[in-house]
Amino acid sequence: MPADSNDSDTTYVRHFGELSLKDRPTVGGKGASLGELTQAGINVPPGFVVTTAAFERFIAALDADESIRKIIAALDPSDLPAISVATATVRERIETVPLPDDLREMVSTAYRGLAGDERRAPVAVRSSATSEDSAAASFAGLQDTYLWVRGEEAVLHSVRSCWASLYSTESVSYRLRLKLPEQNVAMGVVVQRMVESLCSGVMFTRSPVTGDRSVIAIEGSWGLGSCIVSGEVTPDKFVVSKVTGDISKRTLSEKSVQHVPQAESGGVKVATVPAEKQMAPCLADEEIIALADIGKRVEKHYGSPQDIEWAVGQGRTSGKDIYILQSRPETVWASREAQPVAAPRARAFDHVLALLSGRDR
Amino acid sequence: MNGQKRQNPFPLPSEIESAPGAEGWEAMYPYYTRFRPEDDQRFWFYNSMHFPEPMPAFDVITAEVPYSGMGAYTTRVFAFPTALGIDHRILNGRVYITANTVTDPKQVESRLAIFQERAGYYYENWNRLYGQWRERLNQLIVEVDAIKVPQLPEFDDPEVVSEARGIAQNHYVRASFHRCIESYSKMWHHHFEFLMLGYGAYLVFFQFCKQAFPEIADQTVARMVAGIDVLMFRPDDEIKKLARLAVELGVDAPFASNGVDNGDPAAMLAAVGSLGEAGKRWIAALDKARDPWFNTSTGDGFYHHHRSWNDDLTVPFSALPRYIAQIKAGKNIDRPTEALKKERARIIEEYRSLLATEQDRGAFDQMLGLCHVVFPYVEDHKFYCEHWFTTRFYSKVREFGSLLVRKGVLQDVEDVFHLHHTEVDLALIDVLLAWAAGSEPAGASHWQPIVEKRKTLVEKLKSWDAPPALGPMPERLEDPAVQMLWGITSETLDSWSRVPDAKDANEIRGFAASAGVVEGIARVLTSVNDIGQMMEGEILVCPVTAPSWAPLFSKIKAAVSDIGGTMSHAAIVAREYGMPAVVGTGQGTKRIRSGQRLRVDGDRGIVTILE
Repeated sequence: MPADSNDSDTTYVRHFGELSLKDRPTVGGKGASLGELTQAGINVPPGFVVTTAAFERFIAALDADESIRKIIAALDPSDLPAISVATATVRERIETVPLPDDLREMVSTAYRGLAGDERRAPVAVRSSATSEDSAAASFAGLQDTYLWVRGEEAVLHSVRSCWASLYSTESVSYRLRLKLPEQNVAMGVVVQRMVESLCSGVMFTRSPVTGDRSVIAIEGSWGLGSCIVSGEVTPDKFVVSKVTGDISKRTLSEKSVQHVPQAESGGVKVATVPAEKQMAPCLADEEIIALADIGKRVEKHYGSPQDIEWAVGQGRTSGKDIYILQSRPETVWASREAQPVAAPRARAFDHVLALLSGRDR
Repeated sequence: MNGQKRQNPFPLPSEIESAPGAEGWEAMYPYYTRFRPEDDQRFWFYNSMHFPEPMPAFDVITAEVPYSGMGAYTTRVFAFPTALGIDHRILNGRVYITANTVTDPKQVESRLAIFQERAGYYYENWNRLYGQWRERLNQLIVEVDAIKVPQLPEFDDPEVVSEARGIAQNHYVRASFHRCIESYSKMWHHHFEFLMLGYGAYLVFFQFCKQAFPEIADQTVARMVAGIDVLMFRPDDEIKKLARLAVELGVDAPFASNGVDNGDPAAMLAAVGSLGEAGKRWIAALDKARDPWFNTSTGDGFYHHHRSWNDDLTVPFSALPRYIAQIKAGKNIDRPTEALKKERARIIEEYRSLLATEQDRGAFDQMLGLCHVVFPYVEDHKFYCEHWFTTRFYSKVREFGSLLVRKGVLQDVEDVFHLHHTEVDLALIDVLLAWAAGSEPAGASHWQPIVEKRKTLVEKLKSWDAPPALGPMPERLEDPAVQMLWGITSETLDSWSRVPDAKDANEIRGFAASAGVVEGIARVLTSVNDIGQMMEGEILVCPVTAPSWAPLFSKIKAAVSDIGGTMSHAAIVAREYGMPAVVGTGQGTKRIRSGQRLRVDGDRGIVTILE
């Protein structure tokens, strides 16, 4: 059950369907973005965010006299061994001290709601930083991701591991160096259904190669997306015209390995792709077109080119079972200033005269 | 030269020997079409787009005359600053060409001043001048039709005396033939009066699109420019109209699939004619449609054997039954022109909105606007020139052939196409002299062995594998005018010079004309008159598609043609039907056999023979 309080400060759990970008301060960037996509009608695997209020509530219960924050704030930024010792204690406490019952119950209920009939449904648990500053975000444990987490206990544990990552040695020393106040430290934690993807990849709503805004570039490979991200496989590449929907380029690669979920222990493992699938395109034409269509919608929603992660689930039937896992603004080409290719001339045919003049080349 | 570094992938013209069994082919063609020693220094390429087959002697007129018109307009009339005309040579029956360019900056400068003034005048007055052009072409067609070929009867007409004409009809044998050739030359001059300027406007827009959208497909640029209400669709539309009329008038029975002698136009016509008043009305409508719309060539007008629907009604009459059946089944067979217009407008608007700056949008509007002004000419001139005029012209030449047959000089009307037009001239002089002298022409023993030899030569030359290019490869081909005239870029050269590996043996490359990838069974049709062999859902493989092939497109899965670019008929129709097409393969009909399984990749322009 979603928490039904309207007061976001005391709402510990919020579902994607009720979130948008403006909720970033309480659910973090990742959670807010997934909420925004869900609300825009994009097929995002369902999930919820354990809000910053939950973190605050836990820390308040754990640390009534604020000794944790005081101890951390008093550390010398250059004394790494001391930071290391102090943070280890803090992390251990975050991961072991029992959660307040109401908090525990809310997260468990939300997970059960997400799992439905499949009681030990796999989820991803990821930290969702509230900071706008990407460097700060990465030190705040943005990288913290637990995949294929199954069951209430495991989920609760992973949530706490994400929180604990705020107190990693790197994270703390970074805050100390920048003199960031410990009181402001907070994060959301995203809990989202895993898609056991047949194939997955990324999609850019402008060409990463030429910056062409009229095309969508899709890269995909068998299995889970982590395989492409880690660079273990060269993905298939497809280029689709945004305007005509034509697939103008297909580059198939030998995709010899894939990441698949570890059944019981959680996490992923590397597996060999069956020989007959290695050179086969990982996406059918209808899926490429459906994906490009989603890309267009997401770009339109945000009003700027996007860098999108996607997955196709086991129920793939002609472009149906497609999920968007994440969308971020494209940054490489966006940072370059657009130079006009041509300017109007006095008469339209002056363009031709100029081109054929033997000068204008 | 010896000692020259030879990384050059193409043979020199002088290194090429006569095709086996075709020795002596040179005598078929005028001396000025032969390669000269100094031609080894120049780069030539095989114009397979227009001349995919060995040239019969008469048909070299379709190289000679167009290149004279084109060169005159680029070199002497408009004075394109960097481009002159084209030289052509014939080797083993194939036409090789090279473009002459201007590189001296001073000369470019002086040509530029003339070019700007003259080209500017045409662009500025385009619609008015094009209106005049259409009238002139109509007139030229009337003229060529009106040329009388004297029959040279035993006694001349009484009017020569009663009107005191003072000139006997043998005089007009030569005069009429000359008028025939002259009108053909005039047509080609008119053809190039606008064409280069039309292409120039397209090239500018094309280059702009490629810069603004580096990954845009050529065919998408073509879609933004292409007109919807163009003449090339008209012949097919006329068949549809006739199909509808047959149903309305209740005279459709002879066209039923089990009807009278299906496939034989004469039998069908006779059957309709026997259906009383309604039948007569339908035939009257047919006659009306035939002039001019059935003057549509089954090829692109570059060979005498590209006949028109009017010469042979097989194509329209094999399309009629299918259209009639579809109409009776309640299907709408009209081209969805409104939807096509809307779709074109949407594509244009979306690209426009994706442009980065207001400046770009201003330039885009100007360039595309100019394309839309000039494109009606670019698209419609073919109907007037290559179809209507040219098929009438060949019919007229056949009348001269028929005279030569009657006078015993040739055995068959079609044999006239094995003589160069200057040789036809000679044969006619022989005939007109003999008529005057009251004796027999000498032509039979002179020309008939020559015709027989040439028939064999042309047949032998067909199996010659023409190199795509000859001579030293230029380092780069970036002059836009050269690209425009040749349609050849540095990439084209690269692909030609690549040594084919084993994988390529089953691959045939052409232009990606219409997107999509499909697999299916090939049906190779060398003539549109074989339209009846085509099965539902097959892949059409043909030499060239002209408007007369349009009725086929509702039946096929994909199209592959030997000839054509992204703006060719096959490409445009395939895009409208949303089916993959690869055009300009040069050799599709030679390498593919009916019944083979193919993959047609309309995205990359590759046809793969799968089995």
